[in-house]
Amino acid sequence: MNNGEQTDMRTTDAAQARQEGGGACSETGGDCKFITRNVNVFYGEKQAIFDVSLDIPDRAVMALIGPSGCGKSTYLRCLNRMNDLIDICRVEGTFLLDGEDIYNGDIDPVLLRARVGMVFQKPNPFPKSIFENVAYGPRIHGLAKDRTELEEIVETSLRKAALWDEVKDRLHAPGTGLSGGQQQRLCIARAIATRPEVILMDEPASALDPIATARIEELIDELKENYCIVIVTHSMQQAARVSDRTAFFHLGKLIEEGPTEQIFTAPKEQQTQDYITGRYG
Amino acid sequence: MRGVWAVMILLATLLILALAALAGWLGWRRARRVELVSTGHHDRLHSRPVYHGLYVAIWTGVPALLLLLLWVAMQGTVLQALLLASLPPEVVEGLDEPARAVIVNEIITRAAGNALPGEPAPYIIEAVQRLQRWQAMAGMAALALGLAVALAGLAFAWKRLSPGFRARRAVERAFTWAMLVCASIAILTTVGIVLSLIFETLRFFSMVPLTEFLFGLRWEPQIAIRADQVASSGAFGMIPVFAGTLLISAVALLFAVPIGLLSAIYLVEYASSRFRAVAKPLLEFLAGIPTVVYGFFAILTVAPAVKQFGDAIGMPTAPNSALAAGLVMGIMLIPFISSLSDDALAAVPKAMREGSIGLGATRAETIRQVLLPAALPGIMAGVLLATSRAIGETMIVVMAAGIIATLTFNPFEAVTTVTVQIVTLLIGDTEFDNPKTLAAFALGMMLFIITLGLNMLSMYIVRKYREQYD
Repeated sequence: MNNGEQTDMRTTDAAQARQEGGGACSETGGDCKFITRNVNVFYGEKQAIFDVSLDIPDRAVMALIGPSGCGKSTYLRCLNRMNDLIDICRVEGTFLLDGEDIYNGDIDPVLLRARVGMVFQKPNPFPKSIFENVAYGPRIHGLAKDRTELEEIVETSLRKAALWDEVKDRLHAPGTGLSGGQQQRLCIARAIATRPEVILMDEPASALDPIATARIEELIDELKENYCIVIVTHSMQQAARVSDRTAFFHLGKLIEEGPTEQIFTAPKEQQTQDYITGRYG
Repeated sequence: MRGVWAVMILLATLLILALAALAGWLGWRRARRVELVSTGHHDRLHSRPVYHGLYVAIWTGVPALLLLLLWVAMQGTVLQALLLASLPPEVVEGLDEPARAVIVNEIITRAAGNALPGEPAPYIIEAVQRLQRWQAMAGMAALALGLAVALAGLAFAWKRLSPGFRARRAVERAFTWAMLVCASIAILTTVGIVLSLIFETLRFFSMVPLTEFLFGLRWEPQIAIRADQVASSGAFGMIPVFAGTLLISAVALLFAVPIGLLSAIYLVEYASSRFRAVAKPLLEFLAGIPTVVYGFFAILTVAPAVKQFGDAIGMPTAPNSALAAGLVMGIMLIPFISSLSDDALAAVPKAMREGSIGLGATRAETIRQVLLPAALPGIMAGVLLATSRAIGETMIVVMAAGIIATLTFNPFEAVTTVTVQIVTLLIGDTEFDNPKTLAAFALGMMLFIITLGLNMLSMYIVRKYREQYD
């Protein structure tokens, strides 16, 4: 199949997906941020995700859960095309962000990633000052006209990430000198500073202690007022605490998706039941 | 006779080794028997049989071999002293040290069976016979003593063996000592080289004032060998020589650093894995080319090209210009800088890259703003190491740079370097008591201080500024 045909097919799929709309999102009363249809992902010969279709609501938290290697992180990284960095990775299917096909070529992956920010499992502040870490995105995308505006963006982002009070006196100290929990909030502030619409979080609290984890969870709760948040987590308690909807992945397939309360109290599938009661995974 | 002595020493060595092997086997067998009948923890050996064997073997072999080594090292001196003492007093009376050495040397040479012109004096013939007798005796004695010590070691170790004996600890300690000795050999050699350098340098400075060497602007090390020769009195100002080294190194680095760094960035960040698999070994291949081959390349290809270019743009260009030598040295440094930068870039964690890309940065922005700052200490260290290599590089400049020390910063002129001067000063018939030759040691000392300083600075930078990503 040549590229032109592929684009055509994608366009048709996209149109179809647009028409169908996101049925699931209306349940939460919001709009759909992402509509994804028939997603297949391959690493070389090995298929990692099988025919996943999932709708992600705006201004809400979607949790992706499942045992290790189930494809939830891979799926997450498709949403801002981070998988493009992996040479052998091939993504098929339709991804609509506000109705726009993000794999279509209309959207530059670089601009997409400014709209769909990401927070990683291990805090990864740059070896720069706290200020420069947060100012990194705004500088790249030219979001601030002058220094004053840049300082404003940095302060607002740090405030939103609930880190401002702890670091306001040492903005020019290296970001790597903060504690693990502070570093992770710095990374969240860094993501917020580029004014994204979506924040993807890949196990954001798995390297943190319980107190730092609690702060991150509080923060997620506040952030969902303004952002669409997708979080991958290994902790089912965390999924239950922070998310509005939960999707359960197993062996690369989407087993079940629904309101978090329903998934954890009355799952429809036996596999989901087994996983959340700790029978495997 | 000398032949007997050599055979005896060789025989002693072989016998001691064989005895050690046998002792090791016996020790192992003895412990093995105990091990085979043991039934549990209460009567188990502390150490496995192999350690018992090694313990006995070490005690049998090592002291005896050390003694033999010491014997071989000392024998010549001792025999010479004995020989001198045994000569008739009227012969050695009133002779100074060198004259006595001449006599002793004649006796030793004749004793080894080498012919010398002239009929030897009767006392010499006598002494030769005496020395030959002594040497044969020494060989026998060494053999006997070596075997005795080996057997004593064996007996000592054998008596200490028992099921509870901690042979493993003793053997491990012995190996620790052996490794320490090996490590000290490298260190002691370095110390020895530095000391001899310092010693000769001090001799030079007793003839030429330090200030003239450090601040003099003329380098003309020609000194009249005979009093009637017409030659300058010689000038030993190191400034023009070091200026030449700096000029050539600067050209080399200006050429090698950008190319090496950019090729490393391309290889780490952009190249497909297939291109990388081909390009990296090729770069390393470049590092394996002998510098003398680079020298050909400089003389035959680069220097004429540079001259043509210089003449074309109206610059008078020397056939062995600093530019040509510097460019070729730069080519030599490219793989060096590229591979160290490559390591530094590859050591920046993937999380850093993803963090930046995930914020919507392009690859180029990520490299410029995140990867390069993070890798900078490693890159700087690589550049400093390359600098110290450029300063110490000899073959390329001997072939491609000039010999006359000209104080200039024009890369189209010919300059000389510290290493070239050292080579020129020491080539041919040289006497180690005039400033011309000793100047080479002073230059070497300066070179050593500079490269050592650069290497230490680069290590310091790496240790101080390396980001710790766990």
